[in-house]
Amino acid sequence: MEKKLYTLIVYSENIAGLLNQVTAVFTRRQINIESLNVSASSIQGVHKYTITAWTDGETIVKVVRQIEKKIEVIQAHYFTDDEIFYHEIALYKLSTPKLESDAYISKVIRRYGASIVEVNPVYSIVKKTGMSDEITALNSELQSLGCVLQFVRSGRVAITKSCVERVNEFLAEREAKHLNNKHINNL
Amino acid sequence: MSKERITGAEALMRSLEHQGVTTLFGYPGGSIMPAFDALYGHRQTLNHILVRHEQAAAHAAEGYARVSGRVGVCLVTSGPGATNTVTGIADAMIDSTPIVVIAGQVGTSFLGSDAFQEVDLVGVTQPISKWSYQIRRAEDVPMAVAKAFYIARSGRPGPVVLDFAKNAQVEMFDYEPVDIDYVRSYVPVPDTDEAAFDEAARLINAARRPFALVGQGVELGNAQEELLAFLEKADIPCGTTLLGLSAIPTDHRLNKGMLGMHGNLGPNVKTNECDVLIAVGMRFDDRVTGNVETYARQAKIIHLDIDPAEINKNVKVDVAVPGDCKHTLRCLTDRLCEAKHNDWIDSFKPYEEQEFARVIEQEVYPQEGPLKMGEVARAVSEATGNQAVLVTDVGQNQMLSARYFKYSRKRSIVTSGGLGTMGFGLPAAIGATFGTPERTVCAFMGDGGLQMSIQELGTIMEQRSPVKIILLNNNYLGNVRQWQAMFFGRRYSFTPMLNPDYMKIAEAYGIPSRVVERREDLAAGIEAMLAADGPFLLEVAVIEEGNVLPMTPPGGTVDEMLLEC
Ligand SMILES: Cc1ncc(C[n+]2csc(CCOP(=O)(O)OP(=O)(O)O)c2C)c(N)n1
Ligand SMILES: [Mg+2]
Repeated sequence: MEKKLYTLIVYSENIAGLLNQVTAVFTRRQINIESLNVSASSIQGVHKYTITAWTDGETIVKVVRQIEKKIEVIQAHYFTDDEIFYHEIALYKLSTPKLESDAYISKVIRRYGASIVEVNPVYSIVKKTGMSDEITALNSELQSLGCVLQFVRSGRVAITKSCVERVNEFLAEREAKHLNNKHINNL
Repeated sequence: MSKERITGAEALMRSLEHQGVTTLFGYPGGSIMPAFDALYGHRQTLNHILVRHEQAAAHAAEGYARVSGRVGVCLVTSGPGATNTVTGIADAMIDSTPIVVIAGQVGTSFLGSDAFQEVDLVGVTQPISKWSYQIRRAEDVPMAVAKAFYIARSGRPGPVVLDFAKNAQVEMFDYEPVDIDYVRSYVPVPDTDEAAFDEAARLINAARRPFALVGQGVELGNAQEELLAFLEKADIPCGTTLLGLSAIPTDHRLNKGMLGMHGNLGPNVKTNECDVLIAVGMRFDDRVTGNVETYARQAKIIHLDIDPAEINKNVKVDVAVPGDCKHTLRCLTDRLCEAKHNDWIDSFKPYEEQEFARVIEQEVYPQEGPLKMGEVARAVSEATGNQAVLVTDVGQNQMLSARYFKYSRKRSIVTSGGLGTMGFGLPAAIGATFGTPERTVCAFMGDGGLQMSIQELGTIMEQRSPVKIILLNNNYLGNVRQWQAMFFGRRYSFTPMLNPDYMKIAEAYGIPSRVVERREDLAAGIEAMLAADGPFLLEVAVIEEGNVLPMTPPGGTVDEMLLEC
């Protein structure tokens, strides 16, 4: 089956140890995680994991269901690139003398829409946000110019294009159903 | 209700009582001593069974849960006490058995320091439990216990671990009982949409050769009657998984026997002939399906399961019916037309006859030669009026006792299916005697597996726990020996085994016992065993190189079973 890069977005309660449980689902199936970002979500007390991994369409469904089975996971969904807006950020540490001696380097930086955020006599820091491919391409160009001292990139952050906020809806629905059951039991 | 200031350990006992716990299995040690001290004051209400090894506590809790439908409970110390339960936790996970394992833990100020008997139990058990939680403060005890029991028993049941830090056992707080029946991130029973029922019913109503696969989910969901109503209305024959054997009486006309590697010929062959396959509370384990590439390819498949992660996991299905099968079976039955499938049902007969002539006759009714495991199992079953609970260990003893026992009541088989844990049988049987004290509990053991938990004879002695132990002694790790014979050119690498004198062992434990070596002594031996008031060890010397048949070799196709080897 054809492999694709999938982005999983997982919402969970904010408790220690959950990251292990989520990543273990990938490990058991021998799927490499390409990138991982964990942070607070827009909902108070809810954490958001954004995970990218190469796999096929059948496996990703199984992975998502097994993640969703963890007690503290609220919801898990997978997306292909056309269903989300996503970004990464990268920082490039360049040699300042090289940067100053070769004007072409600055041209490349501008062409990629990257910006210089720090300059000192030894090194300069260039920041680039954007898609994975651009970040990689900028890196290769800079590498070929021999000016890169260090290069780091973040995991992907992604946001859905959909007009419904599934997690909010899910939580509201759960709450309503629970209250309703309670009500019935009290009658 | 007024609050009372008590320790975390005392709160544990009250929380257990609040959950309706009456029985627990355990073993004390340093980090759980405050809890055991509190338990001492609750001996009237909480019957604690001291096992002889913590693995046995977990298996006993499983046996208790499997026969009773209640949550089994273990109480053990940290470190080695806790790690000893790991096999039982994994076993309960894969067989969906509700147990709560409460283990001591070092005080929170020592956590992470490699303190004496510190093990990261939550880390160890997370992948093999439904939920694993560390209690670090006394005031969390009521919530943690309530949540643990709710999670263990709801939805697809499973094991829950509570890692109870020592400081939380001794600290004081204002206790108030807690009830939990809702965790917002946890959906125990998925919703079913009406369209799924309609589509499933449409397929079944149009089917000419419908066939149902019955799993343990029917027992767990207490849906035995709903299953019968469903099968009978549309006249659907069924096969059962190993764990689902007693979900429908053995002698029911629609029950065509066991599925899988060592199941019956008919249901396996017919899996690949039916036009609609309806799986109820089973998970298409590889021991059931054999090679999935050749499994039921001709059939439309409908899958009823409470766990959405099981749908399309191993076998792709046409209609998924997520939900609690007690409910989903009813909804489906309502939509079914009454039907008759006489020709289809009759078509199982030639396979039954073939299996009888080539396998069953010599296994259950041999006229000469050494005793066979199958004939012992059938004789024991019949001597109990087919009313007993069968507990098995793992190996040939398991397959043959499961095959030839007969089931007339629900929740009558306790066996380690998914994990295949040798050493499970004896402690699980102890647990079963507490879970259903009014029933006869027969534990079929191999000579290998008995020795993996033989220390539990001590528990049986102390409790006078009325386990009827049937030791099927073949002087081999028989199941492995059979595979060596079939697939490894009869190279018996470390499967012959020198056995001790089990009669002397039984005597040392004060357990009445008897050896049967000849066919003509079997009935009397069984009678003596069942007549004994309390435990009994019946050792039966059986054929040394017997084989479990029929068999679908691993990775083979369900309808190509070997009838001899
Ligand atoms: C804990 C454990 N270790 C090893 C095995 C592998 N195994 C499966 S069956 C078997 C042989 C069991 O021998 P015995 O208990 O004498 O039963 P028999 O098959 O002879 O009836 C073994 C070693 C297992 N299932 N569990
Ligand atoms: Mg043996």
